[in-house]
Amino acid sequence: MSEHPKGLIGQPLDRVEGPLKVTGQATYAADWRGDEPHLIGFIVESPAAKGTITALDTKEAEAAPGVELVLTHLNTPKQIPFGERNDDGNFAQSHAMMRTDHVRYVGYPVALVVARTLEEARHAASLVRFEIKADGDAIFDPVANEKLAEKPDALDGAEEVDTDTGDFDAAWAGASHTVEAEFHTSGQHAAAMEPHATVAEWDGDRLTVHMAIQILSDARKGFANTFDIDPESVRIVSPYIGGGFGSKLGIHNEAILAALAAKVTGQPVRVNQHRRNVFSNGPHRSRHRQRLKVGADDHGNIVAIHHDSLAAMSRDYPFAEAPASPTRGSYATKAMHTQHRVVEADIPKVDAMRAPGEAIGTLTFEAIIDELAHECGVDPVEFRLRNEPEKDPNSGKPFSDRKMRRCLLEGAERFGWNGPASRREGDWLIGHGMAAAIRPNMMMKAEAAMELAPDGRLVVRLDMTDIGTGTYTILTQIAAEAMGIAPDKVTVELGDTDFPETCGSGGSFGAGSTGTAVLDAAENLKADLLSRAAKADRDWKGVNSKALRITDDMLSLDERSLPISALDDGKAISAKGSASPGKAHENMAQYSYGAQFAEVAVDAVTGEIRLRRLTGVFDAGRILNEKTARSQLMGGMVFGIGAALMEESLMDDRYGAFMNRDLAEYHIPVNRDVPRLDIHMIEGFDANSNPLGSKGIGELGICGAGPAIANAIFAATGVRVRKFPIHMEDLMEKLPPR
Amino acid sequence: MKPFNYSRAADDKAAVTSARGQGARYLGGGTNLIDLMKHEIEQPDALVDVSRLPHEAIEETGDGVRIGAAVTNSALAGDPIIRERYPLLSTALLSGATMQLRNRATTGGNFLQRTRCQYFYDTQRACNKREPGSGCDAVGGLNRFHAILGASEQCIAVHPSDMAVAMVALGAHVETALGEGSGRTLPADALHRLPGDTPHIDHQLRHGELITHVVLPKAAEHQLYRKVRDRSSYAFAVVSIGVAFDLLEGNFMNVRIALGGVAHKPWRAARAEEILEGKAPSPELFAKAADAELAEARGYGHNDFKIPLMRRLIIASFGEMTAKQENAA
Repeated sequence: MSEHPKGLIGQPLDRVEGPLKVTGQATYAADWRGDEPHLIGFIVESPAAKGTITALDTKEAEAAPGVELVLTHLNTPKQIPFGERNDDGNFAQSHAMMRTDHVRYVGYPVALVVARTLEEARHAASLVRFEIKADGDAIFDPVANEKLAEKPDALDGAEEVDTDTGDFDAAWAGASHTVEAEFHTSGQHAAAMEPHATVAEWDGDRLTVHMAIQILSDARKGFANTFDIDPESVRIVSPYIGGGFGSKLGIHNEAILAALAAKVTGQPVRVNQHRRNVFSNGPHRSRHRQRLKVGADDHGNIVAIHHDSLAAMSRDYPFAEAPASPTRGSYATKAMHTQHRVVEADIPKVDAMRAPGEAIGTLTFEAIIDELAHECGVDPVEFRLRNEPEKDPNSGKPFSDRKMRRCLLEGAERFGWNGPASRREGDWLIGHGMAAAIRPNMMMKAEAAMELAPDGRLVVRLDMTDIGTGTYTILTQIAAEAMGIAPDKVTVELGDTDFPETCGSGGSFGAGSTGTAVLDAAENLKADLLSRAAKADRDWKGVNSKALRITDDMLSLDERSLPISALDDGKAISAKGSASPGKAHENMAQYSYGAQFAEVAVDAVTGEIRLRRLTGVFDAGRILNEKTARSQLMGGMVFGIGAALMEESLMDDRYGAFMNRDLAEYHIPVNRDVPRLDIHMIEGFDANSNPLGSKGIGELGICGAGPAIANAIFAATGVRVRKFPIHMEDLMEKLPPR
Repeated sequence: MKPFNYSRAADDKAAVTSARGQGARYLGGGTNLIDLMKHEIEQPDALVDVSRLPHEAIEETGDGVRIGAAVTNSALAGDPIIRERYPLLSTALLSGATMQLRNRATTGGNFLQRTRCQYFYDTQRACNKREPGSGCDAVGGLNRFHAILGASEQCIAVHPSDMAVAMVALGAHVETALGEGSGRTLPADALHRLPGDTPHIDHQLRHGELITHVVLPKAAEHQLYRKVRDRSSYAFAVVSIGVAFDLLEGNFMNVRIALGGVAHKPWRAARAEEILEGKAPSPELFAKAADAELAEARGYGHNDFKIPLMRRLIIASFGEMTAKQENAA
């Protein structure tokens, strides 16, 4: 392992934008106020799925006070049909809205009422009269419509849709211990604290949008492909984002509607999705059915793994989640078969939600591995250690840094693991469970620019986003350490397509990819500074750039010093940097790892489930900021608790309508559901990942948390529940007698 | 949101006069009504704000307590007398909603909050409570949270209040103003109604009738409120139970039981009370009482589990309360 420099990187620096956020000065998309007053749009949702608007009367709404426009399919400006140009990917394809009289799903906009105030728009929205004739052949439930299942063209975050290694049938037939089960996971909505919001404004053919978005470059193409304009004429500004979790990877309905209305009215238009809108006008994770078969030999060695998945794909919006993807890199086995199928459905967008694949894939797979360990009579930690693979079981590629063993052993130590222990405390049944965590480590292309002003202030610019993860802070740390400058002299500017293009936030690749681009820009800037310094003063020839320091308006190195203004006639000096995945991302299997240990209590009377303890030990390479990294893991673990016990988008399959469209009914864990989380990060440096040595962390905490809880529930009650979330009624009548 | 008139009442009489108008509604803390208005589930023409009427006191009245209707849920839950003598009520209040909501929500308003049935909340779906005659999409739909007792084919919604369950278990009375200085007193368990063929009517109050106070009688010796929920805070009851009784020479006296999350109103478990009254506690007796109360319970699919859950909860609650008694003795 290479040595890494000790310095600012890794320190638990407070969020640099924290004061702006807690004093309300950070301008989120809906806070944006330009020079010109803007109009407010309110969405009128369709109650029916897949049908045709047969009658539409907007007169009363148009006559209502304050109303400037009622936008419907009858007066929308020209758009490319929804779903076209999808060679650019689902985020960048056309997201056309209300282009025709066709309604795609329940909640789909039938009209956008645009008025001077939200109250006026909202009231007038109730005055739009319309009728929809449903086609009658709409598809909602993928499992009930399995006969329509197709192999998707591509899978999110994985190279192959299906895989086959070894001879599964033979290995399965020869296994001494086998477990076979069908799991169901519910649909989920990210429902970020900040609902989707956009302010759009046109200047001729130039479109400017202030919006909440994770990846600006894709969104830019999305607008360009929708409106048939040049991507260069779209500017997106998204400096602060109130949570993404995948729901803001791409553009959603309010963004296109705001742009359409701004075009028609010639004024800026703001559309905020309200909380109920988010559940149909934003994306969600599909419900999945996963079938698993795992077999082991007499020695507790895994010999056969089958993992298949069936989900819904929103019609004309190609996205398929990969629950069996983490399975491919988890355990040594003689044979493995993985498969993904989708049913095209007439439902709102199905898209990535935090840890797509792993969140629900490790949830089921690590639960059935626990069953197999139980069948083999082997302790679950020992069982996992015994089946650690030497090389990637699917691709045969060598692993980059893999500290799974340490995660398992240190986790067991910290938790006080003594097998899947159970005990009784009055009416509480207590159990311990654990699970392993794995999440692909990705690297993407990114660029960054830097500018050093003569007064010694360094500005870093890139179109990366901070979705609450801490990007501003870690990029400040990286730039400051690399340039030898105090962090308070560094300003990081993000979220503007006028800045160099990056991969944005997603897939846990943002920090490593954009951090590397910033590091590269710093190296280039230092080289330029030193070459200029050498021209100005021969003492600076051939010096080692590592010792360079910038203090106030002076450049210094050991005994040497020079005013920055002497380098280029008092002008600012700038440099660019870039990052791209190296060969090690092609030739090696790269993952982040972890192990999670849970103690749950189940009420012996009611079956109510409460989490008592959760310990997570993680290997995410080098930690860029101990504080923000910990927060990422913590948030991920809370997500995992929700996936195991609460999060559930309930669709009434008679209508294709999500019914629990607010946060009183769509449950996520509240503070009281989350015990003190014990989080430990194993210090590392994965040189194959990127020059910083970091690995993805944003989604890692989810992985393993849910199945550890499910396995602890089994230890407590003796009940295996094969659907998520697990409810009290799944346990109640199967509980041991009092 | 439909445009509406807003007025602030100077006193009870003025409030009742204003609220008699067509489409007028009282506004207390607004924690439920305003949400419903935003989504046009409720569309009042006028709001009469009663949150500043002088009904903010909690006073002792002989053996009991008289609570002003404008007392917030937080203030009521934290009141020393309530905490000491009516822990059932304090516990129930604190198990409801969130601190922010409890700081706004009023005692009068809490009684009158509307169901959380998801079909009532979604104006795109059929709901006889929201739009009489439109049908009930919860029957045959998603109904995990719905009623198992006293429902009709027109409506299987449940009343969501924790506080109201406690008030019924404690034998509270509600005092109202009807204008011209007149008013009446209703037992809390007669305030709400079953859905029948008119599920759009939640309660027995007349148009313009204003809850001004709630009166609690002498506190029972033994009290318990237990709420079963999917997460440990900010969740409506899957089911809940409020129990109050005295013991005389080891036998139950003045038993009152109210069940939450099972019916269109806080469900007074009169059959169970009758079986328990005057008898000595025993697990067999608790089971008999639970079975009698649930004899006519029926599920609608997703909520079938509430029947065995409620049975287990009744038995366990009495078991816990009487075990404590044995330990104390």
